Amino acid sequence: MSEVLVLVDHAEGVVKKPTYELLTLARRLGEPSAVFIGTADAAGAVKDNLARYGAEKVYVVDDADIKGFLVAPKAEALAQLVEKTSPAAVLLTSSPEGKEVAARLAIKTSSGLITDAVDIAEGGITTQSVFAGNYTVTAKVTQGTPVITVKPNAATPQEHTGAGVVEEFAATISEAARTAQIVASQPREKSGRPELTEAAIVVSGGRGTGGEFAPIEALADALGAAVGASRAAVDSGWVPHSYQVGQTGKTVSPQLYVAAGISGAIQHRAGMQTSKTIVAINKDDEAPIFELVDLGVVGDLHTVLPAATEAIHHRKG
Amino acid sequence: MRIVVCVKHVPDATADRHFESDYTVDRVGVDGLLSELDEYAVEQALRLKEKAESPEDVTVTAVTVGPEKAADAVRKALQMGADAGVHVSDEAIAGSDAIATSLVLAAAVRKAAGGGVPDLVMCGMASTDGSMGVLPAMLAERLGVPQVTLASQVETQGDQVRIKRDGDTATEVIGARMPLVLSVTDQSGEARYPSFKGIMAAKKKPMQTYSLVDLDVSADQVGLSVAWSVVEGTEARPPRTAGEIVRDEDGSGATALTEFLAAKKFI
Ligand SMILES: Cc1cc2nc3c(=O)[nH]c(=O)nc-3n(C[C@H](O)[C@H](O)[C@H](O)COP(=O)(O)OP(=O)(O)OC[C@H]3O[C@@H](n4cnc5c(N)ncnc54)[C@H](O)[C@@H]3O)c2cc1C
Repeated sequence: MSEVLVLVDHAEGVVKKPTYELLTLARRLGEPSAVFIGTADAAGAVKDNLARYGAEKVYVVDDADIKGFLVAPKAEALAQLVEKTSPAAVLLTSSPEGKEVAARLAIKTSSGLITDAVDIAEGGITTQSVFAGNYTVTAKVTQGTPVITVKPNAATPQEHTGAGVVEEFAATISEAARTAQIVASQPREKSGRPELTEAAIVVSGGRGTGGEFAPIEALADALGAAVGASRAAVDSGWVPHSYQVGQTGKTVSPQLYVAAGISGAIQHRAGMQTSKTIVAINKDDEAPIFELVDLGVVGDLHTVLPAATEAIHHRKG
Repeated sequence: MRIVVCVKHVPDATADRHFESDYTVDRVGVDGLLSELDEYAVEQALRLKEKAESPEDVTVTAVTVGPEKAADAVRKALQMGADAGVHVSDEAIAGSDAIATSLVLAAAVRKAAGGGVPDLVMCGMASTDGSMGVLPAMLAERLGVPQVTLASQVETQGDQVRIKRDGDTATEVIGARMPLVLSVTDQSGEARYPSFKGIMAAKKKPMQTYSLVDLDVSADQVGLSVAWSVVEGTEARPPRTAGEIVRDEDGSGATALTEFLAAKKFI
């Protein structure tokens, strides 16, 4: 069976959940090989986890010389691994970086590229959700090594023990690839809530909050949810851009999406329409968001949310 | 300094967008416009020009690849204040995937810059139709330059570029040296509306139309038939079945909400 390369998405050695989803999907196409770009120490620490989700091999690319440089070195390293292993496919997460690495890799290896897959079936047939979630498209790469980026939550990570054999890979990185560089980084304050794109439940607030996000956050915390927002709320400076759901923010596909004080513009829908269950609270019974909902509450979020939050706490005892 | 801005003509997102029988996007039956996300790139290019020590030494050229109507996207950029326009139109291009489009666009960018790589190639963060967001990286790969993407703030000094980017876990400052490909987000600053004066002036600005032959790109490298990925099918998402709507009266809304969440085991 051919290998399937999975680029490990990690922050300082902490592997992000979508990587395990990729490993799970990779098994449908061949033998998963994780590609870890980082320090050897960090690789040693995560290799067992990667193996637990099916990685037969773990290629370690030492990043001492390329840390802080954007995208291009990773694409070069992956292209060299593709050359060496002739894999059945290369899978990456659909983060901005993942997509850019994939884009360069596809051109370097003369390969077709599919982005933002929400599923991959045997034979490499992908499913994508397009036009703000109004259509699904099935597609397939027909040239070179399929390069596929996959959205978070596309699969449930399944444990499946792989050998997890570590192999150091010495990539040759060109000078030209080491030009665009992170010169300063201000870490975001941790909210203690789940990651927006990975959360099972998302509670979002819009212009209708009037800038008062406390009821949104309280309901989110009662449900163990992440907090999201519309662009109107972000543009007003009420919450950081990292909260934004929609075309120019995050795409989320949780089990439950709660939209409070959000009208449901097409650009917002683009980021949440594929959620399994959708609930909206809006004063206006004609708000377009109500076209999407499983449950809609016509009312003022400032009374409905706090009362519901209290009732939830009460039920939980 | 030479800036080339890549702009795309897209179907209006608020209209009923759909596919043709060959699974390409219907670009004729739906009203089109300059992708709103590319307006931000045009805006930033114009601001860089206006802030430059001698703005007259900075040229901003808007480039598009697409059918006849796509020229409207370039026209809009000219009305906003770009100096010149380039429109690549060729029947063979129809149905091209992002990879082939980037090949044509890279050639068009060089052509617009008089043969070489311009100091700055600017793009929106993604198109509003395909919304892959991969074109800046592909262009950079093809032009052999770095890309810095998703800028919410752009500064230049000489040939140095610094951008601010709001990442997932951190706000970053990224530095690079021209030439490079730069993409900007919708957080970078509202795009201006064309003024009456701008609209009149645009009529006299140079606009070149090129075919593939002019760009030395062979027709068999582009188009639907040579795409490196194929669409096997498209399906309209079934409309969500109408849900229950409850009008909140004396707390009935919160009760309905709580019961719904409990019934679905979210509590
Ligand atoms: C290129 C482009 C990209 C975009 N990208 C995004 C994106 O990524 N994400 C995004 O969200 N938007 C995006 N937008 C903006 C989008 O078009 C809408 O403007 C935006 O989503 C509106 O946000 P909203 O629903 O919060 O505000 P509004 O549309 O103003 O809606 C507010 C809603 O709150 C309700 N309301 C008011 N008070 C209360 C109350 N007390 N209780 C309950 N309900 C109340 C109102 O009835 C109304 O329905 C984009 C636009 C463009 C052009």
